Amino acid sequence: MSALLDLFAYWAFAILLMVGFYAVIAKSNLIKKLMGLSLFQAAVFLLYISMGKVDGGTAPIFQAGVDNALFSNPLPQVLILTAIVVGISTTALGLGIVVRIKEEYGSIEEDEIQKIDQR
Amino acid sequence: MLAAPVLALLAPRGLAWAAATLVSLMAFAIAVQLTILVLAGQVPGYFMGSWPAPFGIELRIDDFSVLMLLVLTGASTVALIGGRQSIDLEIETERQPLFYSAWALALAGLAGIIVSADAFNVFVFMEISSLASYVLIAGGPDRRALPAVFKYLIMGTIGATFYLIGIGLIYLMTGTLNLADMELRIHEVGDQRPILVAAGFITVGLALKAAVFPLHVWLPNAYTYAPNIVSVFMAACATKVSLYVLLRFDFFVFQQNLTQHDIQFAAFLMPLAVAAIVVGSAVAVFEKNLKRLLAYSSVAQVGYILLGASLVSVAGLTASLLHMFNHALAKGALFMAVACLATRLGGLRIPDLRGVARTMPLTTAALVIAALSLIGIPGTAGFVSKWYLISALLGMGGLGIMLIAVVVIGSLLAVVYVWRIVESLRSLENAESNKPGEAPMMLLLTTMAASLANLWFGLSPALPIELAQRSAAALLVHLP
Amino acid sequence: MITLFSLFLLVLLVITAVAVVQTRNLFAAVMLLSIFSLLLAANFLLLDAADVALTEAAIGAGISTVLFLGALSLTGEREAPRKGPRLLYLVAVIAATAVVIYATFDKPAFGDPQAPVQTHVAPWYLEKTPEYIDIPNVVTAILGAYRGYDTLGEVFVVFTAGIGVLFLLASGPGSGSKRRGSRLTEVGQVTGLRHYLVPRVVGRLLVPFIILFGLYVQFHGEYGPGGGFQAGAFVAAGIVLYSLLEGEKKALDIIPRKVLMGMVCGGALLYSAVGVLGMLMGGNFLDYSVLLDNPVAAQQVGIILIELGVGLTVTGVLLSIYHAFAARGRA
Repeated sequence: MSALLDLFAYWAFAILLMVGFYAVIAKSNLIKKLMGLSLFQAAVFLLYISMGKVDGGTAPIFQAGVDNALFSNPLPQVLILTAIVVGISTTALGLGIVVRIKEEYGSIEEDEIQKIDQR
Repeated sequence: MLAAPVLALLAPRGLAWAAATLVSLMAFAIAVQLTILVLAGQVPGYFMGSWPAPFGIELRIDDFSVLMLLVLTGASTVALIGGRQSIDLEIETERQPLFYSAWALALAGLAGIIVSADAFNVFVFMEISSLASYVLIAGGPDRRALPAVFKYLIMGTIGATFYLIGIGLIYLMTGTLNLADMELRIHEVGDQRPILVAAGFITVGLALKAAVFPLHVWLPNAYTYAPNIVSVFMAACATKVSLYVLLRFDFFVFQQNLTQHDIQFAAFLMPLAVAAIVVGSAVAVFEKNLKRLLAYSSVAQVGYILLGASLVSVAGLTASLLHMFNHALAKGALFMAVACLATRLGGLRIPDLRGVARTMPLTTAALVIAALSLIGIPGTAGFVSKWYLISALLGMGGLGIMLIAVVVIGSLLAVVYVWRIVESLRSLENAESNKPGEAPMMLLLTTMAASLANLWFGLSPALPIELAQRSAAALLVHLP
Repeated sequence: MITLFSLFLLVLLVITAVAVVQTRNLFAAVMLLSIFSLLLAANFLLLDAADVALTEAAIGAGISTVLFLGALSLTGEREAPRKGPRLLYLVAVIAATAVVIYATFDKPAFGDPQAPVQTHVAPWYLEKTPEYIDIPNVVTAILGAYRGYDTLGEVFVVFTAGIGVLFLLASGPGSGSKRRGSRLTEVGQVTGLRHYLVPRVVGRLLVPFIILFGLYVQFHGEYGPGGGFQAGAFVAAGIVLYSLLEGEKKALDIIPRKVLMGMVCGGALLYSAVGVLGMLMGGNFLDYSVLLDNPVAAQQVGIILIELGVGLTVTGVLLSIYHAFAARGRA
């Protein structure tokens, strides 16, 4: 059972990765692209955290009176905490750019913007 | 002293040009100091928070790092010293403090990448520098910078995320993030699939950020529509730092531990490098917009750098690293000249340049010298690196001869597009929209200095050659 | 049991993701993205990542949604129908997925305590934290102390995004300096959602609790899940709620722009200052143990201080970005 979950977790990561990636490259709407980017990054978070899990473990927080507990790995969690914040910073900046593009071009569809620029 | 990159970050509101320039100068001074240390044989290291690696984050400086640091801090300082009027022209005064803040952040981010010896730390600083670059590029008056920077943001973030996946996979197999530690542990797990895939992801991710053909598509528009001084900074540094990480990962961590890796590496990168050289130069020939022409030329130069690296020999790698240094000099100077021109000209297309040789003789001279360096005329820095590249190729038999032909073709194409620029500059008619007179003093002086540096390092290239050779040797030391 | 639940959650996650991509109503997409974040947070919890779950929920489901909605209000809700070579992209993407799945076959088994990840660096953290830092939450210990440099970098990423958005939205139509307040816009600014009684009453009740919870999370991060980032997100969310209810002008009265800027820069500076202080007192950069006589206590103090810096900057940046978007719409 655990082996199934094992592989499935990694496959879920692969599928999510590709869903996000598809959105980024195939969609023309700039905001959709940003959403795809968020999904793409979320998949990576899932990968890292899945790696850190120990069977029968628990969150890596010491509790008074409980000795010798089995903990899951804290390091990937730290990395992903950072990555989540980085991700949202990028998204925020991206949204700022999109707002400006809308003001300057009147559209946030990539193909329309290209047409405007080529005129 | 290694906290310099961090100090460079302390740029909150109210920071004017002066403070940013001061910080950049300090960083440059520190880089020089570090160079002296390294040349004397030391390898300074530093543990953040006093926690030993691999539990804490370690900084490490070696020949390669120092070479890059010199380029980075030098370019930033030169651009800032000369750039004030150029920035005044393109960015409103109220926004300037934020602009300089972003510049300082970009400088710090790139510096942080160079000195770090921890893979995840590199990611964090890579994002700092990337976000800051997006802000800088979008700062100019040309609205086309906005879609350009959006594209750069998307591609850059994908690249960074790929990189993250790669080091995640490595972490999965080795349990560490410290580069030196990684190198040891990969040895044990060697050829398993996740490592190979990890190598792939890291390479592709960094290639995106370094504008390696065919992932270079964000670069031309980003360089073209950015404020001129920003183009100087970006062209000289941004892609090079990503290349730095790529080479370091590849040679330091992967090379000796994956069998056949050198063949794979070469087979993968060499065709891309060749394509970059040929396509980049060819497109540049037909370009009318001066900045975009130079941008495509940059794509070609990245090709040269990779070509040297893909040879996986000390000679090839030396040429490659040398070219990183020299291209930064040449392109930096060229874009500075463009900034000079922009202060007086109505537009930056080739027809707009007509007659400028007479109205702005000094700027033209600077531009021409830098352009000669780009082509690789003897006496300039560019010649030195091309010479090294060709010597490295000579030792490679039939394939080498073909590649030499490619290098020569690329250089010839460069002659063509440089000639188009020069021809317009020297033309007897004047483009109407140009104002008479030379560029502002500081800008002009720094541009000339940058150009002359090309000559200097062309005629006495001992320092960069030494650094490049030692770096190459160090990177390849583990090869069987 | 847990396994089944995990599988279920993962499937839901994938379905939601596909839905986000497919729907053409962007407002619905944002809501689905929010649900996705929540599911992801639940998943993280099942995988023993409590701090990460909290962060993902606060930032992914919370703040990210606010930012997207803010942008949407300025750019429009519908996505144009797609033209172009869809098939090509689909094929490329499927090929890439195959590559990634190929890579999974050699991985160490899921949850295996003997995997390299678990045996190399991690046990050291778990063993040594009581000795060096003596706080229960190991994640905070790593975040704040062992890998404090990364966290410093992270704070600066947030800072960069903040000044980036401010820089970008400081020019162009609708920027503050050029606005001429018509009577209509002023009224709109002041009243917010005043007409709607229920949200106002409930919302106003909630706001102090949200902020209080944010403060709790901020200072409690050493003992349980929490810390500066989550706290910053919570406090910002509380104030955004207030701003939506009472009108932006009132929110700006409470925390004017200058104070926000001060928070944004101050937080980052505080963090760096602690680091430099460590250097001045004899240790390396970001070495807290030299700050006080008792190195263990010093570590704790150091962590509290830097977390405070983090919280300040995050709150400041998130609020600044929100106000930047909100102000745009008034033009």
